[in-house]
Amino acid sequence: MSAVRNLGLTKERFLLPGHSACHGCGLAINLKIVLKVLGKRTILVIPACCSSVIQGPYPKVAFKVPTMNIAFASTGAAISGVSRALKIRGIEDVFVVGWAGDGGTVDIGIQALSGAAERGENILYICYDNQAYMNTGIQRSGSTPYGAWTTTTPIVGKKQFPKDLPLIMAAHRIPYVATASLGYLADMIRKLRKAKEIKGPRYIHLLSPCPVGWRHDSAHTVRIAKLAVDTWAWPLYEVENGRVKVTVKPKRKPLKEYISLQGRFKRLTDGEIKLMEEEVIRRYEMLLKMEKSGIEF
Amino acid sequence: MEMADFFHIMPVSKPSVGAVGKTGTWRVFKPIIDHEKCTRCGLCWIYCPDESIELKEDDTPKINYDFCKGCGICSDVCPVKAIKMEAEEIG
Amino acid sequence: MAKWEMMTGNKAAAVGAKLARVQVIPAYPITPQTTIVEYLSKFVEQGELKAEFIRVESEHSAMAACIGAAAGGARAFTATSSHGLLLMTEMVFWAAGARLPIGMAVVNRALAPPWNIHVEHTDSHSQRDSGFIQFYAKDNQEVLDTIILMYKVAEDERVLLPAMICLDGFILSHTYMPVEIPDQEDVDLFLPPYEPKGFLLDPEEPLTYGSLTLPEHYMEMRYDIQRSIESARDLILKYSKEYEEIFGRYHGGLLELYKVEDADYLLISMGTLGEEAKVAADTLRREGIKAGAVRVRVFRPFPTETFVNTVSEKKALIVVERHLSLGGIGGALGTELKALLYGKTDVPIFNYVTGLGGRDTTYIDLAKIVKHSIKTGRPKDNYMWYNLKMG
Ligand SMILES: Cc1ncc(C[n+]2csc(CCOP(=O)(O)OP(=O)(O)O)c2C)c(N)n1
Ligand code: SF4
Ligand code: SF4
Ligand SMILES: [Mg+2]
Repeated sequence: MSAVRNLGLTKERFLLPGHSACHGCGLAINLKIVLKVLGKRTILVIPACCSSVIQGPYPKVAFKVPTMNIAFASTGAAISGVSRALKIRGIEDVFVVGWAGDGGTVDIGIQALSGAAERGENILYICYDNQAYMNTGIQRSGSTPYGAWTTTTPIVGKKQFPKDLPLIMAAHRIPYVATASLGYLADMIRKLRKAKEIKGPRYIHLLSPCPVGWRHDSAHTVRIAKLAVDTWAWPLYEVENGRVKVTVKPKRKPLKEYISLQGRFKRLTDGEIKLMEEEVIRRYEMLLKMEKSGIEF
Repeated sequence: MEMADFFHIMPVSKPSVGAVGKTGTWRVFKPIIDHEKCTRCGLCWIYCPDESIELKEDDTPKINYDFCKGCGICSDVCPVKAIKMEAEEIG
Repeated sequence: MAKWEMMTGNKAAAVGAKLARVQVIPAYPITPQTTIVEYLSKFVEQGELKAEFIRVESEHSAMAACIGAAAGGARAFTATSSHGLLLMTEMVFWAAGARLPIGMAVVNRALAPPWNIHVEHTDSHSQRDSGFIQFYAKDNQEVLDTIILMYKVAEDERVLLPAMICLDGFILSHTYMPVEIPDQEDVDLFLPPYEPKGFLLDPEEPLTYGSLTLPEHYMEMRYDIQRSIESARDLILKYSKEYEEIFGRYHGGLLELYKVEDADYLLISMGTLGEEAKVAADTLRREGIKAGAVRVRVFRPFPTETFVNTVSEKKALIVVERHLSLGGIGGALGTELKALLYGKTDVPIFNYVTGLGGRDTTYIDLAKIVKHSIKTGRPKDNYMWYNLKMG
C-alpha cells in the first residue's frame, strides 16, 4: 500500500500518548519519528527546553527510551561523557543522542557542542529548531528568522538573520551534517538512517514548527514544514565527509506562501519580505554552488 | 544503619501512557475518520504528534480519543480528505 | 609492596585517581590544578590507566561529561580550582541532584579580580550547599588516601552522592612530600571496580532522570540527599577504620584531634593550617598555655556530634580560616560552628580571618592569635581580621 509503509517505520511507540506538548507540536512529531528510526537502543540526553517539559511530571514520563535531563548549556559535553562510558564498558550498539532546542544548540550550548565535534566524539546531536526559546515563552534566539515577532522582539521583529549552525558544524569537518524537515519525510528518515550507520560526531538540524510560537493553526504544522522547503526558506542538504549535497531541489514558491500562514511574520512590510526572500535565495544558491563546485570543507 | 531500612527518593520517572493524564480533555475539535474514503496510507498515523492514531493489522487507522488533542494535523495531511474535524460538544 | 615516592599534592591526586581505577576523566586545566590533568593524561596515554580522557573545552563541560559518564555506568573523576570550580557550579549542583558518585579534586585558590593563584577556601566553600561530600587535606599522603576513600563512601548505596577532596593551592599542590603508594591489589580489595548502584542509562530499563518534578514531590528528594549525606558521617568513620586496617594510615575520620583531651584552648582550622595549628599548640604548651588543635577534615557532612563532644568543655575555641563570607558574620567554619554550638555550650568562639589570597600564615601567627584571644577574654566582634595591613 502506502508511501508510509515503504518508509519501514515501526509501529512500536517510544513517545507515548499523554505527553504535554501543545496541539500540533512539531517537536513531538520530530521526536516520535527520530525514535522510531533509531529504535530501542537509544539514550537521549535533553537540556532545558520544551522537550524537558513535554515528558510529563515525575514519577511518570512519556518517553520510552532511557533519558537523562541535563542543564541547558551542557548537552554536547554530557553526551560525550555517556558515549565514553559506554566505550570503556565495551557497549557498542547503543546510540547516544543529544536532543536539544535551537536555544540550547546555537546559543548557550554551542561551546559544548563545538568541543564534542572537535574531539570527534561518537555522538548524534539533533537540534529541533523551533526558532525561538519556546519553553520560556517565545523569546528570540540566534536561530530566530529575520522579521519574526517574539516576546523579546515584540514591536519591530528580529532585525538579524539567523546563525547558520549546520554550516558551522560542517566547518568542524565532522563525518555527517544534515538538515531535514518533517514535511519531507522520506528525506528525513533517509538522513537519520544514514546518521545511524556512521561513527563519530553527527549533527542533524530539524525544522520544528511550533503553532504557539509561530502563531499558526495547529493543523498546519506539516504543511508549513513542507512550504519552508518549497520556498527555499529551509534548504534540505547534507554534508558528508565535507561534501555538500542539496538533497531536495524544489521549484521555488514565493516566500509569502510560507510566511503568510504564520502570525509571527504578520507585521512584515513588503520591503522586509523582499529582503528576506533575497537572503533565502542567496543562501539556497550558495549551497547549490557549493555542491556544484565539489569543494570540500 | 542497615541497608534494609534504607530506600532513596530519586528523581527517576517511569514510562507511562498518559503521563500527564488523558489529554483528550484538551480537545475542542474532534477528528472523525470516514473509513469509506480512507485509503489506509498511514500519513495520519505517522504525523499525529500525540501517537493517538493506531494502525490496526490491516493498516486501518483508529483514533484514540483518550489522548487525541484535536490538533487537526491528521485531517490536514490526509490526501483524500477522509478526516473531518467536528466541534466537540461542550459539557 | 607499597612504595615511597617524593611527590607533589597534584601527583598524589593523580596517583590516587589511578589507584581508584577511574574510567572517564573529563578535565580542563587551571593553575594550580594543571599538573593533575597532565599526570592523568600521561597515565592514560602510557597505558598505565585504562580510562577515557576527555579533553573538554571548559569546566562546565568537565562536570557535565562526568555526569554523563557516571550515568553511563563509569567511575568518573575530574579536578579543578577557583574560577574553574565557579564556572562548573551549575553542574556541581546537578551532579549531586542526579545522585551520581563522581569524584573531584579541588585545588583551593583565591578568586579574581584581582588575579591571584594562591590558596584560599572561598572556591570550595561556594559549593558547600551543593550536596557534594567535602574533604580537606593536610598533606599529600592524605590527598592520595582520601581519593580512594571518597569513592568508597560516595558509591555506598546509602550515600550515592559525589565527593570532592580539597587541597591547598601550592602549599600542597606543588610541594614535594614523601608519599606511600599502596599496592593496586590492596586498593582493589578496598575499592572494587565500579558497579553502578543508582542512576544508570540502560536501554533494558528505559527510565528518565531528572524530569520535571512538582512541589508535591521535590522536597522529599532534597530530604533524601540530606539524609544520605548525613549517613556518610558514620560511613566515613567506618571506612577510614577499614582503610587503616589495610593500609596503616588514619587521617582522622571527620575531625583530626591533636592534644585535645587536656587542652584549655583549641585552634580549629582546615587544610594545611591544621598542620600549623599542631605546631602552634606545641609552641604554646612550652609557654604554659594548654592548647590543642582540631582539624576539620570533612566539612560536608558537617561534623556535628563529634564537634559538640570535643569542644564543649573548653575555655575558648579559636577558629582560624582562609575564608570570609563577604557581607556575612565570619568565615564558613566559624559561622557554622557557632550555629552548631548555640544553646549547647557557653564556650567563647573566636573567628579569625586570615591568609586570604595565599598570605603566609604559620604556627607563629596561630600562636599569636591564641594569645590575642586569651587576652580578649570574650569575643567582642563576630570575627576578626588577622594580619591585615591597613595604614
Ligand atoms: C542556564 C539556564 N539559563 C536559562 C534557562 C531558562 N530556559 C529554560 S528552557 C529555555 C529556552 C529553551 O529554548 P530552546 O533551546 O530553543 O528550546 P525550546 O524551548 O524552544 O524547545 C530557557 C531560556 C535555563 N534553564 N538554564
Ligand atoms: S511551545 Fe511549541 S515546541 Fe513547545 S511544546 Fe508547544 S508547540 Fe511544541
Ligand atoms: S487531531 Fe491531532 S492529536 Fe487527534 S488524532 Fe488527529 S493528529 Fe492526532
Ligand atoms: Mg527553540
